[in-house]
Amino acid sequence: MSTESNYYVPEQSRLPIMAATGLGFIAYGAGSWVQGGNAMFFLAGALILAFTLYTWFSLVIKENMAGMNSDQLKRSYVWGMGWFIFSEVMFFAVFFGSLYYVRNLALPWLGNETNTLLWDGFEAAWPLMTTPDMVANGEAAQFVGPAENMSFPGWGKLFSWLPLWNTIILMSSSVTVHIAHTAIKNNNRGKFNLWLGITVALGAIFLVLQVVEYMHAYQHMGLTLETGIYGTTFFMLTGFHGAHVTMGTIMLLIQFLRGLKGHFNAEDQFGFEAASWYWHFVDVVWVGLFIFVYILA
Amino acid sequence: MAHGPAKGIGRWLFTTNHKDIGTLYLWFSFAMFLLGGFFAMVIRAELFEPGMQIIKPEFFNQMTTMHGLVMVFGAIMPAFVGLANWMIPMMIGAPDMALPRMNNLSFWILPFAFTLLASTLFMEGGAPNFGWTFYAPLSTTYAPDTVNYFIFAMHIMGASSIMGSINIIATILNMRAPGMTLMKMPMFVWTWLITAFLLIAVMPVLAGAVTMMLMDINFGTSFFNAAGGGDPVLFQHVFWFFGHPEVYIIILPAFGVISHIIPTFSRKPLFGYSSMVYATASIAFLSFIVWAHHMFLVGMPIGGELYFMYATMLIAVPTAAKVFNWISTMFRGSLTFETPMLFAIAFVILFTIGGLTGVMVAIAPADVQYHDSYFVVAHFHYVMVAGAVFSGTAAVYYWLPKWCGNMYNESMAKVQFWVSFIGFNVTFFPQHFLGLAGMPRRYADYALQFSDWNMVSSIGAFTYGASQLLFLYIVIQAIKSGKPVRDPKVWEGAEGLEWTLPTPVPYHTFSTPPEVK
Repeated sequence: MSTESNYYVPEQSRLPIMAATGLGFIAYGAGSWVQGGNAMFFLAGALILAFTLYTWFSLVIKENMAGMNSDQLKRSYVWGMGWFIFSEVMFFAVFFGSLYYVRNLALPWLGNETNTLLWDGFEAAWPLMTTPDMVANGEAAQFVGPAENMSFPGWGKLFSWLPLWNTIILMSSSVTVHIAHTAIKNNNRGKFNLWLGITVALGAIFLVLQVVEYMHAYQHMGLTLETGIYGTTFFMLTGFHGAHVTMGTIMLLIQFLRGLKGHFNAEDQFGFEAASWYWHFVDVVWVGLFIFVYILA
Repeated sequence: MAHGPAKGIGRWLFTTNHKDIGTLYLWFSFAMFLLGGFFAMVIRAELFEPGMQIIKPEFFNQMTTMHGLVMVFGAIMPAFVGLANWMIPMMIGAPDMALPRMNNLSFWILPFAFTLLASTLFMEGGAPNFGWTFYAPLSTTYAPDTVNYFIFAMHIMGASSIMGSINIIATILNMRAPGMTLMKMPMFVWTWLITAFLLIAVMPVLAGAVTMMLMDINFGTSFFNAAGGGDPVLFQHVFWFFGHPEVYIIILPAFGVISHIIPTFSRKPLFGYSSMVYATASIAFLSFIVWAHHMFLVGMPIGGELYFMYATMLIAVPTAAKVFNWISTMFRGSLTFETPMLFAIAFVILFTIGGLTGVMVAIAPADVQYHDSYFVVAHFHYVMVAGAVFSGTAAVYYWLPKWCGNMYNESMAKVQFWVSFIGFNVTFFPQHFLGLAGMPRRYADYALQFSDWNMVSSIGAFTYGASQLLFLYIVIQAIKSGKPVRDPKVWEGAEGLEWTLPTPVPYHTFSTPPEVK
């Protein structure tokens, strides 16, 4: 409920329609790009959107620094970020749900005796190394399964298993961002900058390792997007997570730069807090990935 | 803040005013309604007689697809977002939406999304032709190239919906006038709070579905391809996990509108307010756990069929509570039958028919006969048109005098109501018979024994279509030269904060919050 006696309603703004124009260009451009057209419209749209968002966020920060934001508007931003993260949770839920459906329902059905007419000899297994296509069409198969998969390689190779290191890195980054949070709550700016900087670095290291893992998969394991449902779910789940870690790292980096400028104090640090919520969210998703994509495979 | 609207086109492009944005949404949705309606007219013209007369079957498929997409995402959803923008701040005593600039962005994405979608009609390969439910592999392996534009149009449309919903939730939770507790909120606000929650929960699911399509089509993944170990049925599960809550996203705000109009013209408070709130929440909860009743013929295990059948039937309970509440509100009220009330009563009757045919198609063994037949088409048009569209029309008649300070022409509006009511029923009631007799949906041609009812249905459709042009005329006439109304209440029996404001409502309202007792 409102407790304010005065409301703040912003003036007219050119930013929203610029952002909408950028998105329109991106939608049209991406549509023609994926079917072999050039990427020009897409890039133009991305530039417009990036410029608009930069200007928009700068404006919001400036308004906040000038003390124009009422407590009520600040609460609206808090609600906004919370529900945005909820929408992201649902987006990942789709892909986790699809993984569950394929592994536990669809594949066993594909492998049961009623499907011998279509895919004779196909055996359901996870990770799926031999696709139904290979069983039915041999050499002519379009979907050729991977040579190796990303599953737990056994205790002997535990410490050379990349996903374990990625888990450790991301888990630690959740702790470091929390330390930074506590520091700014206590008005300790030096400590805040230090631990937030470490968090950003950990995020970047995670992303580098992710790239290393992908290159290894493509070059040495025969594991690509096109290797049937295992490659599909592996790359889509870890890929979208990686995209979100990239987003989260950029968000934290911006907060780090703002921190250096002294934008935050014990009373007002929601820009950072929102980014840290997002960061905890991508961590939790990673725990899900580690369990369901890597360990239980 | 005491200034009026800006001058010129900039007012609409750069606005942060909830009333302006509401107006934009409403006009946009009406434009889309006419476009989707035009597609429907093409469909009914082709089905007027058996055989192919006007268009080719391929184009017919594009028409059914585009009709569904434009009506669901372009006409009905934005219409209720428009009403939410206009009414929610006024109903809860707030000066504007919580995040006014994002509000503008939510709207202006839509013209881009739907221009892109509609432009596929003129592209090589034609518009999407796989039905509004875009089942794989029809929408992946066998789709025209334009499917990629469709996918990205859905993406930005979804972003618009999510931002709009976040805004509505933040407004309702954060901007209510002092004293307005949750259980004092008007029903329209309650239904929108729950609708916005549904939207945030399921629009990302739709985004996931179209993303999987995009990857399958262009990047060699095998989500929906059994050859790679995927499953086309996975598409249907994901789609309907979005799609079933989607139908409540469409109908819940309509329930809200009706819960305002019936008390006003019965001159009695809404009967069973708190049960209305709980019924709305129950419907929303159930909507998440019934999706596979759209898939009874897909080859689910018998346990799944039974579960989804019984869970679906449960929805009839809270829905019936609502219908009985509306009827009880009218019981022994002093009723008058102005046009909004006529539409509201028609809503209660026709929506109930649509709800009851819903229980019929929920019966898994019986659905073997109904599935993908015109019976289903009749069922969902009773809830989508006589439900959502009738309540949207009622809402415009009800609130238009408040918005612009001019009364619409009551006798013309009554004519418009009766023409719509008769046109609608003549269109869709016979489709129940066609479906039961075995006419499948989504075909450009049909067997000769279906000729008579199809001709009747087409005549009804043209009548209903014409009545919408009359609606447009009545609205424009009211805005331009309607009889001025200055009474804040407009309607004798109207209750609520929005009716305490002057008529027409000033550009900025409630710059200081009212006290709610």
